[in-house]
Amino acid sequence: MGRWLYAVPLVLFLGLAGYFGVALFSGRDPRELPSALIDRPMPDFVLPGLGEGGGVSAAGLRGEVVVVNFFASWCAPCRVEHPLLLRLARQERVRVVGIAYKDRPEDSRRFLAELGDPYRGVGVDRDGRVGIDFGLYGVPETYVVDRAGHIRKRFVGALTPGLLERELLPLVRGLERR
Amino acid sequence: MRGLVLFLVLWAGPVLAVQPDERLADPAMEARARTLSRDLRCVVCQNESIDASAAPLARDIRVLLRERLVAGDDDRAAVAFLVARYGDFVLLRPPVRPDTWVLWFGPFAVLLAGGVVTVLALRRRAVGVGPKPLSVEEEVRLAALLRDEEGRR
Repeated sequence: MGRWLYAVPLVLFLGLAGYFGVALFSGRDPRELPSALIDRPMPDFVLPGLGEGGGVSAAGLRGEVVVVNFFASWCAPCRVEHPLLLRLARQERVRVVGIAYKDRPEDSRRFLAELGDPYRGVGVDRDGRVGIDFGLYGVPETYVVDRAGHIRKRFVGALTPGLLERELLPLVRGLERR
Repeated sequence: MRGLVLFLVLWAGPVLAVQPDERLADPAMEARARTLSRDLRCVVCQNESIDASAAPLARDIRVLLRERLVAGDDDRAAVAFLVARYGDFVLLRPPVRPDTWVLWFGPFAVLLAGGVVTVLALRRRAVGVGPKPLSVEEEVRLAALLRDEEGRR
């Protein structure tokens, strides 16, 4: 029996502590785990529309790369990211679809009248069920969906100019080129 | 009086989150829903179960869970419904799978290895109790050394 045997428990412990330590201290927010739906089809939904444009449905979005943004008039970070959505729709010509999460339609309408409307269509998710189908934590949340209707990425919380430049736009451009 | 108030306040805590209008009429099914929701994470508040959380999303998920049960889902199907949307993250008790074996069994492996080494070490010490007695030659040398020492004094 070699003396090295005494080191086995210590080595095992250090290995385990290191393994858990990396997960704990890597600064990764567990909330930012990729959505359970990444690379899976977007949940099938049909929602009444906010404006005259009619409703919004998963089937209706197929065939184009689309950015689905959950928002609400009562949500402060939504106001913060709103100029970015306007830029995305107006300057970058990206198709952005809104889902008004647990919001009264008249409040959503006032919100968009005040800040500008970047959306090609807005679905009204009054009871938040479509939100739950998407695995939504809260608003705002933004999903990039490819032509086949698969969710490719999710952004939890307000978009930032950095996220838009470095992650969202390159991804959308890449998907559009395919 | 103050003690009574404190007692009532402390006891009221656990029942605050689940509102009366959420409860199911069938007590057995309601009990199933309560049991299940104690093991489901409220994703907004993270370390609270949806059973204990007052967050609106937790309430929505409690209501949804009850709807699934009423619709005839068994416990496993109702939980799978939520895992499909929120991932394993909603489970407060991580599933036992090959990729979580380290989490579940790692500490026990360390304990076991430590135990085995401790037992081996103790047994080894027990075998060689005390120093070995001197051999005849060693006794002779010792006597000679002691004699020399005496002579030098």
